Amino acid sequence: MSQSERSLSSMRVLDEKANPLTVEDPALEEETRGEEELDVPWQVVVHNDPVNLMTYVTIVFQRVFGYPREKAERHMLEVHHKGRSILWSGMRERAELYVQQLHGYLLLATIEKVG
Amino acid sequence: MKICRHGDELEIFDLDPFLAELLRQIPASANPEGAPAAEQRLFSAPADASEKEICTEWKLYVEPELRRLFRSATETVAADLAQLNGKEEFFENCILRIPTLHADAWLNALNQARLVIAARCNFTDGELCDHYRSPIGSRRDLSLFQVNFYGLLQEFILRELSGGPERNSD
Repeated sequence: MSQSERSLSSMRVLDEKANPLTVEDPALEEETRGEEELDVPWQVVVHNDPVNLMTYVTIVFQRVFGYPREKAERHMLEVHHKGRSILWSGMRERAELYVQQLHGYLLLATIEKVG
Repeated sequence: MKICRHGDELEIFDLDPFLAELLRQIPASANPEGAPAAEQRLFSAPADASEKEICTEWKLYVEPELRRLFRSATETVAADLAQLNGKEEFFENCILRIPTLHADAWLNALNQARLVIAARCNFTDGELCDHYRSPIGSRRDLSLFQVNFYGLLQEFILRELSGGPERNSD
């Protein structure tokens, strides 16, 4: 039983003692992702691609992440020289959104769990 | 061929028939059909294959959106290129006008075309970095020239989008 289910269960016991005419049990929706999984930070990684122009990649980083030109260029050069660069890390949903935007610009991008 | 910006339009003029034909081939070149490597490149995985849930959801929900986005970009470019239709006899007097509002669509379609051609031909990094390769002696050389020519157009559009100087470029 998850922590939230335990909390609901104990609330119900308390409620029944105080007032037997309680409302129906709430329908618990099954969670598709575990709490632990949601808590794990994810990172957005852009991979090197010999076709995409360096100027294009820099502008995409500026547009998608709102980075200033210098920071976008640093990441672009890291991709170029090291093969990959971590552009952002945080919650999974937002990381997925960033990767979707990057794919819209045809960059090679993935999300990865941090660590 | 010359390119310049006039107000809210990019203008391509002094076209020779060869470069005009390459321009007209942008939408067709962006089509990855029949080339699994090109399809794989345009619709690459969002995560490592071990992240099955992410990859499955992506195929289901995100990939159709990307397909729509890419198709919309090539359709915009195809509509702009319709200006060249029926002018094959006098390209040098023809001006291709691209509204700056269409610049993102052009960047996207040119990128699609470059990626698809590169994947179809399986160009090496060395070939892709060799911008001075000439003359065109084979179909493969022509494809490489096409990738570089489209890249040049991208560079020009990017320069104009980032407030580059208003000047001609040959």
